[in-house]
Amino acid sequence: MPSTVMPMPNNQSNQGQRPPAAVSALGLRKSYGPKTVLDGVDLTVPEGTVFALLGPNGAGKTTVVKILSTLVSAGPGTGEIRVGGHDLAADPQAVRAAIGVTGQFSAVDGLITGEENMLLMADLHHFPRSEGKRVAAELLERFDLVEAAKKPASTYSGGMKRRLDIAMTLVGDPRIIFLDEPTTGLDPRSRHNMWGIIRELVAGGVTVFLTTQYLEEADELADRIAVLNDGRIAAEGTAEELKRLVPGGHVRLRFTDPAAYRFAALAVREATGDDEALTLSIPSGGSQRELRSILDWLDAAEIEADELTVHTPDLDDVFFALTGPTGPTAPTGPAASATVPNQTKENVR
Amino acid sequence: MSALTLAVRDSSTMLRRNLLHARRYPSLTLNLLLTPIMMLLLFVYIFGDVMSAGIGGGGADRADYIAYIVPGILLMTIGGTVVGTAVSVSNDMTEGIIARFRAMAIHRGAVLVGHVVSSVLQSVMSVLLVGAVGVAIGFRSTDATALEWLAAFGLLALFATALTWIAVGMGLISPNAEAASNNALPMILLPLLSSAFIPVDSMPGWFQPFAEYQPFTPAIETLRGLLLGSEIGHNGWLAVAWCVGLTVLGYFWSISKFSDDPK
Repeated sequence: MPSTVMPMPNNQSNQGQRPPAAVSALGLRKSYGPKTVLDGVDLTVPEGTVFALLGPNGAGKTTVVKILSTLVSAGPGTGEIRVGGHDLAADPQAVRAAIGVTGQFSAVDGLITGEENMLLMADLHHFPRSEGKRVAAELLERFDLVEAAKKPASTYSGGMKRRLDIAMTLVGDPRIIFLDEPTTGLDPRSRHNMWGIIRELVAGGVTVFLTTQYLEEADELADRIAVLNDGRIAAEGTAEELKRLVPGGHVRLRFTDPAAYRFAALAVREATGDDEALTLSIPSGGSQRELRSILDWLDAAEIEADELTVHTPDLDDVFFALTGPTGPTAPTGPAASATVPNQTKENVR
Repeated sequence: MSALTLAVRDSSTMLRRNLLHARRYPSLTLNLLLTPIMMLLLFVYIFGDVMSAGIGGGGADRADYIAYIVPGILLMTIGGTVVGTAVSVSNDMTEGIIARFRAMAIHRGAVLVGHVVSSVLQSVMSVLLVGAVGVAIGFRSTDATALEWLAAFGLLALFATALTWIAVGMGLISPNAEAASNNALPMILLPLLSSAFIPVDSMPGWFQPFAEYQPFTPAIETLRGLLLGSEIGHNGWLAVAWCVGLTVLGYFWSISKFSDDPK
């Protein structure tokens, strides 16, 4: 089992063999009045990877993106934040030059056309006129916006606006891109298009920091996922590591004959049954070996279910377990390979 | 690229954006033009006979009143135009594109400078249009020299710049367009409480100090002096002081509001 201790962005690790972090933040804090939004969030995103910040509405995802992209200032007590190798507090303009941001709400100028939006970005990146036109044309082509280029952006559909938004972010070729809920409100086709776009970016070596409330999206795209809940990181790791945090893998047997169900329920002691649905759940990690032994055993006991399904815990299980109203349920045992940071106040100065 | 060339380049990019908006959606500007033109026609042709009796110690006629009222109407035009500025700044700040600009390595003041320059250009255009209406109904400068015309234009541009910066700040503190238009109301009300329509000395004694020293009256009196040859006196310096003071105040107020964390 791989050791997956969360890389802590401390001085020791910076001197070591690790690739440089594109984004690192220590003890991110932010309050609005009496309401604490972020309560000490540590993040590290290695260069060229996709990092997904996953959390329910109001968890503080957007606030993290806003702070890391220099839009709002971090709260007092926040440690060092580095983005693209620059200290965010000391040199925000250098950070801004290194990043591209696509916020949750469309950041296009609706009063002007798609093409004019693109040329505006080219001008703000100080491209010469001809190069600006070339870059704008290329990106409009790449994002399938050529036909709509001469129409006001306010007339675009949600998916088109989002594509224009990303296209504008890509003018200037940023190496670090923040995407705040890039697919919220998109139809399934547009969502898959957006995933394709994000994969292309990553293939080009870009670091992507995205937030999402869709577990499927984090699973599809991200190298590492952090679950943000109530202003704290509830867990961090790869999708696989997070799934292992939550027990719940099982084989489910469904019966149509109540008599067969009762017989099986008596025979399989470790199973939990649902008398209404006539189903039995046998705990299992879902590996081939475990399945075979269960099948062999069922054959030997002459139990024949009408349907057998293997249920591996998905991110939904993790999500609900970690972001429930009672707070994170600390996983125990060797299966807990991803890190659940111990939320002590030791970072408070 | 030096800081100054960066500032100029980014500001002119933003200006192009604002001018594009104004060109595509001219209705707001045109609506704001309507008010001063209506006031001009109303005061000259409906109230003209009564109003003219109150100026120049009696014996004045409608032509005299046109000469009296046009300078005030021109400055009122600027007041009306900057209400539009406050509304459009407030609208603009609710747009996602502003967050994009904030997260880009561009000159911090460029967005606001773009608004200000575009708005001052619109004010100048509006003043020329309203001035043309004034000339059409009989306004004539008596003996203004080329230098005095130049000074008159300079004063109008300076006054427009001052009010625009204040209006930008008003737009920034307004959560929506309605609030912006309410906050900018003094820009329309102050000309009514100035020497634009009636001489200050015909107002109640307790009110005269306010009317005399508020920004519009010195500017109106200076413009009258330049175009019609009346006594300018201390109004010239007072007008310039108001313009410079409001510009500096509006500039620093707006920049500091823009630098605040967005809500």
